[in-house]
Amino acid sequence: MKLTLRVWRQRNADADGAMSTYEVDGISSDMSFLEMLDTLNEELILRGEDPVAFDHDCREGICGACSLVINGDAHGPERTTTCQLHMRSFRDGDTIDIEPWRAAAFPVVKDLVVDRSAFDRIIQAGGYVSAPTGSAPEAHATPVPKPDADYAFEHAECIGCGACVAACPNGSAMLFTSAKVNHLNVLPQGAPERETRVLDMVGQMDAEGFGGCTLTGECATACPKGIPLPSIAAMNKEWLRANRKVSRG
Amino acid sequence: MDRRPSKTPGFWESTVGKKTVMAVSGLVMLLYLVVHMLGNLKIFFGTDEFNGYAHWLRTVGEPFMHYEWTLWLVRIVLVLAVVAHAVSAYQLSRRDINARPTKYVHKRKRASYATRTMRWGGIILGLFIVWHLLDLTTLTVNEHAVHGEAYQNVVATFSTWYGNVIYIVAMVALGFHVRHGFWSAAQTLGVGSAARDRALKTAANGLALLLTVGFVSVPVAVMTGVVS
Ligand code: HEM
Ligand code: SF4
Ligand code: FES
Repeated sequence: MKLTLRVWRQRNADADGAMSTYEVDGISSDMSFLEMLDTLNEELILRGEDPVAFDHDCREGICGACSLVINGDAHGPERTTTCQLHMRSFRDGDTIDIEPWRAAAFPVVKDLVVDRSAFDRIIQAGGYVSAPTGSAPEAHATPVPKPDADYAFEHAECIGCGACVAACPNGSAMLFTSAKVNHLNVLPQGAPERETRVLDMVGQMDAEGFGGCTLTGECATACPKGIPLPSIAAMNKEWLRANRKVSRG
Repeated sequence: MDRRPSKTPGFWESTVGKKTVMAVSGLVMLLYLVVHMLGNLKIFFGTDEFNGYAHWLRTVGEPFMHYEWTLWLVRIVLVLAVVAHAVSAYQLSRRDINARPTKYVHKRKRASYATRTMRWGGIILGLFIVWHLLDLTTLTVNEHAVHGEAYQNVVATFSTWYGNVIYIVAMVALGFHVRHGFWSAAQTLGVGSAARDRALKTAANGLALLLTVGFVSVPVAVMTGVVS
């Protein structure tokens, strides 16, 4: 396959960026999208040019490091991560636009790499359970009803990639935050912090400058892990409940 | 119970809190509009019944309430709802726009459809509320403008082309606003779920259609001479 790529190039956080056009040839339809970019980078290095910076790690769809808005879609046209997207989703002669996640809370570091540490700070605000460390607890000590376990697993699938923020017209992190809150709030292990968790994580989410939710549903459409839109309603319910329960002061 | 860490903001400072205020005030207005629309349909029963109904609105609750007290109570609640709704909508919209300062070069149309129709629809509705009060409450811009003759005032409004255009455009905007708004409010208040999603969407569409058709039936009746 022969492709025309229009890639966002930006030297560093403070520099102005722009789309640059590149031609790549000899792309196999079995290549992943990232392998296609590796091919481009090898050529750029041979020509003595700066390779395109992009995030990646596991390349197995489990770590959440890869990103890229491809032709306007976060993680491209298939419901999967960019690393698991294959070039058979494109046709010979296509022009492909590649841009970084766009959100005030995710500043560009270089080219296609953005700083997602705002997500880490949301997790630090309450995305944990307080448990005694040391020896593993007896597995049967805390029974979890099957539907609750399924619900927790469904939300634990979130890999923190940020596609939801990238796809949302408001740059909102509600889907991510709801996945993390719902995952822990449904479990007995998460019960001691049930109220503070949702209040603090939503508080941190707002403090990071993410937008609010207008329920357009773009996040859930983009999410490679299928975190569903009703998760946001479930988190709102937890937030309202916590507001009633917790004394302020 | 729990001790609050000091950094957690209060209800109104939170985006979820503001959204809750928007949902509750929206539902208050929605409830009012359903009653208002049903009341308007009395125009099909003639001058005396409609004007009698308009007079009754001022005497509701008597003798416990004084003349027009109930009406003023409703007006106060509505003003509070409109202000709370508009302020939260404005503040959240500003925040949302600031959260996406750089647009994508590769545009997609679909993405902001709901958000855009809500914002523009809301602005249209806000302007309409002002016009509507000047037209049929204060009668400042009404062609007939006789207090107590609600029927004749309504016929006068819908005998002008601009009266019809403004009203019908606003009622179509209302339909779209309620369509996304009712379902959204359910999500905001935490009653939305995967199992209830279909029912909520159907209810939202039904409510939107009912309101738009009900309200628009009045100008259509005047234009076609059914009401004159
Ligand atoms: C002053 C005029 C109005 C303005 C400026 C306005 C604006 C807005 C905006 C921007 C939203 C948010 C949309 C979103 O989050 O995607 C909204 C939601 C809503 N509006 Fe309005 N609107 C107005 C009048 C009304 C009226 C007359 C009703 C009554 C039917 C109404 C009912 C609702 C409801 C139920 C919601 C959903 C709240 C939620 O998203 O949780 N609005 N409005
Ligand atoms: S909710 Fe989905 S899109 Fe958002 S961070 Fe988690 S996995 Fe990525
Ligand atoms: S590189 Fe790990 S999910 Fe894509």
